Amino acid sequence: MGGKIFDVIIVGAGIVGAACADECARHGLSVAVVDRDVIGGGATAAGMGHIVVMDDSEAQFALTRYSQKLWHSLRAEFPDDVEYEQCGTIWVAVDDEEMTEVRRKHDFYGERGVATKVLDSRELRALEPNLRTGLTGGLLVPEDVVVYPPCAARFLTERALKRGAQLFTTRSVIGIAQGQVALSDGSQIMSPRIVNAAGAWAADLTPGLEIKKRKGHLVITDRYPGFLAHQLVELGYLKRAHSVTSDSVAFNVQPRRTGQILIGSSRQYGAEHKEVDHVILGRMLRRAHEYMPALVAMSAVRTWTGFRAATPDKLPFIGPWRGDNTVFVATGHEGLGITTSLGTARLLADAITGKTTEIPIEPYLPSRSTKEFAHV
Amino acid sequence: MDNPTTNFDVLVVGAGPAGIAAATRAAEGGLKVGIVDDNAASGGQIWRESREEHTAEAKAWGDRLRSARVLTLFGMRVFDQPRANVLLAEQHAEVRELNYGKLILATGARERFLPFPGWTLPNVVGAGGLQALVKSGLPIEGRRVVVAGTGPLLLAVAAYLRKKGAKVPMICEQASWHALARFGVGLLRFPGKISQAVMLRRDLSGIAIATKSWVAEAHGSFKLESVTISRSGNLERLACDYLACGFHLTPNTELPILLGCEIRDGNVKVDDFQQTNVMGVFCAGEPVGVGGVDAALIDGQIAGLAAAGRTKEARALFSARRSARRFAAALERACRLRRELKELPTPETMVCRCEDIPYSRLQQHHSWRAAKLHTRCGMGPCQGRVCGPATQFLFDWNPESVRPPVFPVRVESLASTTAEQ
Amino acid sequence: MSRQIVLRVNGAPVSVPAGVTVAVAMTIAEQACRTSVTGEPRGPLCGMGICFECRVIINGKPHCRSCQIVCEPGMDVRTNG
Repeated sequence: MGGKIFDVIIVGAGIVGAACADECARHGLSVAVVDRDVIGGGATAAGMGHIVVMDDSEAQFALTRYSQKLWHSLRAEFPDDVEYEQCGTIWVAVDDEEMTEVRRKHDFYGERGVATKVLDSRELRALEPNLRTGLTGGLLVPEDVVVYPPCAARFLTERALKRGAQLFTTRSVIGIAQGQVALSDGSQIMSPRIVNAAGAWAADLTPGLEIKKRKGHLVITDRYPGFLAHQLVELGYLKRAHSVTSDSVAFNVQPRRTGQILIGSSRQYGAEHKEVDHVILGRMLRRAHEYMPALVAMSAVRTWTGFRAATPDKLPFIGPWRGDNTVFVATGHEGLGITTSLGTARLLADAITGKTTEIPIEPYLPSRSTKEFAHV
Repeated sequence: MDNPTTNFDVLVVGAGPAGIAAATRAAEGGLKVGIVDDNAASGGQIWRESREEHTAEAKAWGDRLRSARVLTLFGMRVFDQPRANVLLAEQHAEVRELNYGKLILATGARERFLPFPGWTLPNVVGAGGLQALVKSGLPIEGRRVVVAGTGPLLLAVAAYLRKKGAKVPMICEQASWHALARFGVGLLRFPGKISQAVMLRRDLSGIAIATKSWVAEAHGSFKLESVTISRSGNLERLACDYLACGFHLTPNTELPILLGCEIRDGNVKVDDFQQTNVMGVFCAGEPVGVGGVDAALIDGQIAGLAAAGRTKEARALFSARRSARRFAAALERACRLRRELKELPTPETMVCRCEDIPYSRLQQHHSWRAAKLHTRCGMGPCQGRVCGPATQFLFDWNPESVRPPVFPVRVESLASTTAEQ
Repeated sequence: MSRQIVLRVNGAPVSVPAGVTVAVAMTIAEQACRTSVTGEPRGPLCGMGICFECRVIINGKPHCRSCQIVCEPGMDVRTNG
C-alpha cells in the first residue's frame, strides 16, 4: 500500500524539526513535517528559549557558535511574536574559584572570536541590582539572545510551507523504517530520507538511539518590567548539570519581553511523568532565592515541566542512522535545542544532500562511540 | 523550615452556601472540621451581603456554622496539593499546610464573560461583578445601568441595583421568550421559586426586559458612554454609565481538576453521596452543576454527612436534591447561549484581556493548547478563567489540564514544600 | 455612618467612605485601575478577584487586586500606566 512520496520526511515539528524542514525546503527538496500535536509543542514549548554559546567542549562550542550566528543573521526577518531579544547572558560567580572559571571562559571565548566581559562585583551589581550582595562577579556574554520558541518554530515551519513543504499535525507516527512513515490514522508517507527529530521520544521510533528523557521545571511570574535585564546563570550550573545520574537544580533566570521573569532550572533522570515534582520545584526556587532574594515576593502565575532529550556525551545526534539507511537523526540536544537548531538543520541538510558541512559533523554523528550514560 | 500545619477530619474548600452546609453537618457529629476561603468572610458570592442585608436563610446557616465549632480560615488561598491528603494555602506571606482525612470541594462558580466590541472599556462589568462592587461601596445612586447577558442573575442584579437607587432602563436577555416561558412554566414545579419570581416581578416593575437581545457594542473613549443593543434584529443605542453584563455562571473546577477529579460536560462527576472518583474527595454545589443556592445547600449537606460517615441521614436528603437538581437542569437549558453571540467579536476585539490577544489571532488555531502556545492566550494571571470559557464557546476548544498553582501565589509559597516525606 | 478616609491615588488625595474597596476608590477618583499590555485603560470586570483587571500598585507592591482590598488611610495607590 503506497503513500505519498517526499524527498524528506521530518518527524517532529519542534524547533529542531522545524529548522530542518526550513533548511531542506530551502535546498529545493519536497518536505513533509509530521507531529502528533501542535508545532513546537514538546520541549520547544517548555524550555527557556535561550540562544547561548557554551564552552563545555570544542564540539559544543562549535555548534552553538555556528548556530548563534545563524540566529543573528535571521533576526531582521522574525515577526514580533518570536520576541527576539539580545539581552545577553551573565554567568554569575559566588567565590574566587568561580571567578577563576570566569576568566578561563573569557579567555576561551576571546580566542575563538566571541566578545565577553569580565565583571567584578561592583560592575555586576550595577548591571543587575537585584542580585544579592556578596557575589564576586561574573562573565557578560553580550551576544546571547532570548526568543519565544513556539513562535520561532512556527516561523520556520511557515517558511518551509511557503516553499511547498506539507505539514501533518495531530498525527502520531507509529513507526519509521525502510523509507516508510506509518501514521496513527492508518496512512503512510514515504521517503528515502526520514529525519527523526522527535526529541525526548526519539528512541521510541528508532530503537537503539541513546536518548534519555531529562525532566525540567520552570516557573513564570507576573510582569515586573525593569527587574531583570540579562539572562542570569550560575557558574555552578555546569558543575550541577554535569551529573548524568542524579537530580539537580541550578539558578537560571530570564527576562521575557513581557517583563515576566522565567525561573529555572532543574534536571532529573528517570522521571517519566509530566506532573510537577514539588520537592525538586521547591529546591529549584530556593536556589533561585539565594541569588535573587526579591523573587520571593513576586507573583508566580504558572509552573510547568518538559522533557529534554539527553545523550550520553552531551552532544546531539546529527546525521545518518546506522540501523537503516533511510533514517537520519537530529535529536538529543538536551538544554541547547533552541540554540543549536539552526546549525543542526544546516548540518543535516548537508548530510542529506551530500554537501560539505561548514563545521565538522563528525562529533555529532550517531555512529560515533559514546560512553554508557555514566558520570562524566 | 516547616510550614504551620493543621489537621482536620474534614476540610471544606469554599465558604459559600455549599461549603457552609457541608462543614456544618460534618462538624455537628463531633468531627474536627475546617472551612477555608480566599474571601475575608463567609458567604461566597451569593451570600456576599453586608450584615443588615442577610437573608434569613443565610443568617441561620451562619449561626449554625458558628455553633458547630467549625474552624474558619478566611483570607486563605488554596493553591496546590504537594502530596495526598494535604492542601497548601497562602495567607499574605505565610503558607499553611492543611491535612485532611476527607475533603469537600465547594469552590462555587464564576460569571461567564463573552467578548464583544468595547467590552474592555472601564465600567463594562459583570452582572454579579457590578453587584459585588456596589456591595463593596461603589456609589450607584442615580447612575444609568444597562443589564445584559443571560440567566436569573440578571434579574436579581437589576432588582438590587434599582433598590440602591440606580436607573435601569433595560435588561437584555439573550434567551428567547420561548425558552424563558418554558423555564417559567417549569417553575410551577418549584413553589418556592414561584414566590421568589413574584417578588422579583414586583422589584423589576417598570424595567423593560428584552428577550433575544444582547449588547452588540459598547462605546466610549476612556470609559463606557453608551451601548448598542440588538433587539429582535434591530439595533438601538442607549446612553449609560455602567453595563452589567454576564452570561450565567461557569463552575470553578480548577482545584477539582488539579486533584484528579473526573469532569463531565464541564462539571465535576460525583456519585449519590457527592463523592468524586478520587477517594475521600467530595464535591458540592456549583462545580457539580450550576444550580443556585438550593442545590448547593442540599449537595453540601449530603457531602458533609457522607464525609462524616452518616450515610442514612445523607440518604434522607436525596429526594430534596433530585428536586433542586431538576431546577438546575432547567436553568441550564434556559440559559443556553445563542449562536449569534459567536459572531459579536470583530477581528480586533480582545479575547484574552491579560495578554491583549485579539480575536483575529486566535481564529486560525484548532485547540486551546495551540492558541495558548502560539499567542499566549490564557497565559496571564487570570490563568484562563476569563478567556477559557469564552474561547470554549467561540471556538469549541476544550480546556487543558491544570498545574499548580491553582491561583497565582508568591514564588516563595510555591517553594515552601516541606522536606521530602 | 459614613466616616471618610483619605488615601492617595497617583499622587493626588482622594476622600472615600470608610470600608470601601480600593477599586471603588479608583472609580471615585475617576481613574482606570490599570493600562493593559497594548495601552487600553482597564477597570474591574468580575468584582470577585479572579479576572485581575483591577490590579493596582499599593504602597509600592504591584499586582494588588483592588476589588479585594479595603482602603486604609494614607494608602498610596498607583496605576501601572
